Amino acid sequence: MSYEHQPDFGTSASRSAERVTLTIDGRDVTVAQGTSVLRAARENGGDIPSLCATDSVKAFGSCRMCLVEIEGRKGTPASCTTPVEPGMVVHTQSERLAKLRRGVMELYISDHPLDCLTCSANNICELQDTAAEVGLRDVRYGYDGANHLGQQPDLSNPYFLFAPDKCIVCSRCVRACDEVQGTLALTVDGRGFASKISAGQAADDFLTSECVSCGACVEACPTSALIEKSVKQLGKPERAVITTCAYCGVGCAFRAEMKGEQLVRMVPWKQGKANRGHSCVKGRFAWGYANHKDRITSPMIRERVDEPWRKVGWEEALAFTANRLNAIKARHGARALGGITSSRCTNEETFLVQKLVRAGFGSNNVDTCARVCHSPTGYGLKTTFGTSAGTQDFDSVEHADVMLVIGANPTDAHPVFASRMKRRLREGAQLIVIDPRRIDLVKSPHVEAAHHLALQPGTNVAVLTAMAHVIVTEGLADEAFVKERCDWDEYQDWARFVSDERHSPETLEPVTRVPAVELRGAARLYASAKNAAIYYGLGVTEHSQGSSTVMAIANLAMATGNIGRPGVGVNPLRGQNNVQGACDMGSFPHELSGYRHISDSAVRASFEADWGVSLDPEPGLRIPNMFDAAIDGSFRAIYIQGEDILQSDPNTQHVAAGLGAMELVIVHDLFLNETANLAHVFLPGSTFLEKNGTFTNAERRIQPVRKVMEPAAGMEDWEVTQALANAIGLGWNYAHPREILAEIARLTPSFAGVSWERLEQEGSLQWPVNEANPDGSPVMHVDHFVRGPDGKGKGRFVVTDYVPTDERTGPRFPLLLTTGRILSQYNVGTQTRRTANAQWHEEDLLEIHPTDAENRGLKTGDLARLASRTGETTLRVTVTDRVAPGVVYTTFHHPATQANVVTTEFSDWATNCPEYKVTAVQVMPSNGPSEWQHDYADLTSRSRRIVADAREPAE
Amino acid sequence: MSGTAQSVVRMANQIARNFAALGDEAAIAQTAEHIVLFWDPRMKATAFALDPVQFSPIARAAIDRLKAGIEGADASVD
Ligand code: SF4
Ligand code: SF4
Ligand code: SF4
Ligand code: FES
Repeated sequence: MSYEHQPDFGTSASRSAERVTLTIDGRDVTVAQGTSVLRAARENGGDIPSLCATDSVKAFGSCRMCLVEIEGRKGTPASCTTPVEPGMVVHTQSERLAKLRRGVMELYISDHPLDCLTCSANNICELQDTAAEVGLRDVRYGYDGANHLGQQPDLSNPYFLFAPDKCIVCSRCVRACDEVQGTLALTVDGRGFASKISAGQAADDFLTSECVSCGACVEACPTSALIEKSVKQLGKPERAVITTCAYCGVGCAFRAEMKGEQLVRMVPWKQGKANRGHSCVKGRFAWGYANHKDRITSPMIRERVDEPWRKVGWEEALAFTANRLNAIKARHGARALGGITSSRCTNEETFLVQKLVRAGFGSNNVDTCARVCHSPTGYGLKTTFGTSAGTQDFDSVEHADVMLVIGANPTDAHPVFASRMKRRLREGAQLIVIDPRRIDLVKSPHVEAAHHLALQPGTNVAVLTAMAHVIVTEGLADEAFVKERCDWDEYQDWARFVSDERHSPETLEPVTRVPAVELRGAARLYASAKNAAIYYGLGVTEHSQGSSTVMAIANLAMATGNIGRPGVGVNPLRGQNNVQGACDMGSFPHELSGYRHISDSAVRASFEADWGVSLDPEPGLRIPNMFDAAIDGSFRAIYIQGEDILQSDPNTQHVAAGLGAMELVIVHDLFLNETANLAHVFLPGSTFLEKNGTFTNAERRIQPVRKVMEPAAGMEDWEVTQALANAIGLGWNYAHPREILAEIARLTPSFAGVSWERLEQEGSLQWPVNEANPDGSPVMHVDHFVRGPDGKGKGRFVVTDYVPTDERTGPRFPLLLTTGRILSQYNVGTQTRRTANAQWHEEDLLEIHPTDAENRGLKTGDLARLASRTGETTLRVTVTDRVAPGVVYTTFHHPATQANVVTTEFSDWATNCPEYKVTAVQVMPSNGPSEWQHDYADLTSRSRRIVADAREPAE
Repeated sequence: MSGTAQSVVRMANQIARNFAALGDEAAIAQTAEHIVLFWDPRMKATAFALDPVQFSPIARAAIDRLKAGIEGADASVD
């Protein structure tokens, strides 16, 4: 099969259920009402030439290429802007039409460089195709009239270029930026012949403009005017493989367009149900890390962490590791061993790591980095709804009338979903934002929040309880829904609790700093909407009351009847691509796959029978408890797959002490990350381009990841785990992840109907996929809450009392630090820092309010010392009123900053998810890096040494 | 650097405080249940061995209850 473009139907699909039959060129065709004539022709195997139409944006009708004749109508209407009508008789080809089209084409071509053979878009150009289609043979005007040739290209964006002389001013890019992305960065300047496309203001280029480099305009462009630099360099791809983005929890589906094993470009797949043809800068462009020179492709070992690394073969590395594991187990017992699964790895890989720990090491000391982000979601939604997962699919947002966004910054952290939210908001849905910081969504082109509750960090529960107070005391609760679907007694207890005067917005105002009037307005808006949906992120979970906040959110949704249909629900926006999957796969120390407690003997028995071992019935250690136990000496060996816990976990010094106390730290990753500084064994990992498997996104959608190139180190990650398992004698023999997926389905009721074969056929499935929901579950809890053994339970209201965090400001640390992320970087930046995305974010910056900055004599660009009671670091400040007085904000993408040096060991009461979002700090002017940064830079360069040649092992 | 002992005190008290709004009896029961469901055996053992004055009344009562239960059940765990 050779390379083909994704089909373009010219205009978007109609959602109407009504069907219309018409005649096109003598053939009867039936399409949905509202379909354009252009699309009707293309859906039925025909074609009409077009230039300014593309199915990602609204038709514009400017190029006059798609003209048709319709019986009974005068003239030649544009088929892209003409909707079908019953009985319509359309002719798409006639002599008159051919002449008109050729005339239009001639005009375009007379102003277009005819260097097709050397053009980047040669053979993937719609202008070329259309010229062929209309049979253009001559250009009567000649080629030497006024034209736009010879203009300088804009090369400022690292990933794509803009060549104005190739532009036909079809405005597809402008419309894509407006409608698909919602950034409105592009404009058509001038009129008629003088019109041209420009990014931002006159002086701007793409890089300095508002452009967020999502690539929607590039995808929409019919010519090489906007094109990926990689296509210019490598030429036309020869095949395309459908796969899933490995960055964030949106889980965009992509076509990896390849030349042999060389990736030419990643293009968002139109049929991907999570992204529907859209992408962001990370997934679309930031894949260069896959071939970065820092990648380690050989296993390495060392006796002690102060020695340099020694490159060895797989066999030696595995034997070394197995010997140490066995020795530690013999001396200290199974509970001294453990592992950490990765939210970046596939479901199959995660499942194998927890199987290795439980069945091979013999302990339940397995945890996942979701501990530090969404473990409170697991606890909170399981307690209230019965299942640890978001209730909706992403399409649901199209039916929401009010969106309540809490502690999430979708435009930066979940950009493709944010674009879908913005689209709905532009259509008139209302928005409530609860966030200490004025995130972009609060006010962006054509979007403005009805209410922004800029609360004091750490008071989420107080704000949500006050909203519940308003809803209950003003009689806005949907008691009919509650009576039918929830436990009525528990509701009444809860309603009594929230109605208490001490939970009123007025009483709580001094604590939350949210004006009571504003809060009441927000509560009323949420409660009175036909469909109101809650979206939340790490600003909810990463608090000492993260679990309580999740339950408070669930309470609100149940009390207002916003559960169980499209447009409503409770939706955690997951950080990393496979957080949902990692949680589903039994990565937590107390539960097996599908959220079943390890103490449940029937569940345990099913695994014991399948795996031929007996399992420890007691829960194991969570990540922070592992470090405690390591310091105590009872936990001694850890296998860490695809995580950089030293950088991503709070209180870096505590993590370092824990790791430093262990006898065996195995890091399995792409790069020598920060954690590897304290490791004894390094096992090289594979990128998502180098392996097969599945990821599960934030809407529970299981999607395939496909291998497009051989793993650089020779093994996919699941193969490495299997090799390690076999080195300690487990005798596994999986030949392909489909076999692991089959085991998962066999042992996990909510995955019962999932198989690799089905995913190949259907593209994706949303769990639960079981007897009750054979085709999966876009929306959960439709008639019952998915709770209990029969999955038909009642929703549970939980009283959530506001308990202030122990982290308090005082004279020494008067400011509150909260943390977040930005668009171009991902998590601790291990991957994105190794791509051109670094151009948008060279370092972590500290945002501080003008008043606080002035008091400290700080200006934008100054270096500041950021200190908490656990540590200090230095970074540059940006003075902005996005943050309230008393609050400072930074990101955590760069190891040189080590923002987590200052975060504390405080954590969520129920799950130990760290309290990243609240740290009492002081900010002072500084002259240079902190002592920790100096020491750390030293340690890093020492511990990253690799011996050039393999020496004899020192016995 | 904090080891298990310091953490279990902080965790038990924090759990107890979040259940306190339910009233003493329910809070003690829920705190005990939470510890059973989510704590590794060595954390439980550490809590049992610590000086009870470090715990809040609810946390202490929950831990006492678990300790009594386990001794009653012939220390079959671990
Ligand atoms: S890359 Fe995206 S944001 Fe930038 S101009 Fe194109 S569509 Fe707009
Ligand atoms: S840059 Fe491309 S999409 Fe934009 S107007 Fe020019 S030809 Fe059309
Ligand atoms: S990072 Fe997220 S939003 Fe961006 S392309 Fe990947 S999955 Fe989509
Ligand atoms: S495609 Fe219809 S007018 Fe351009």
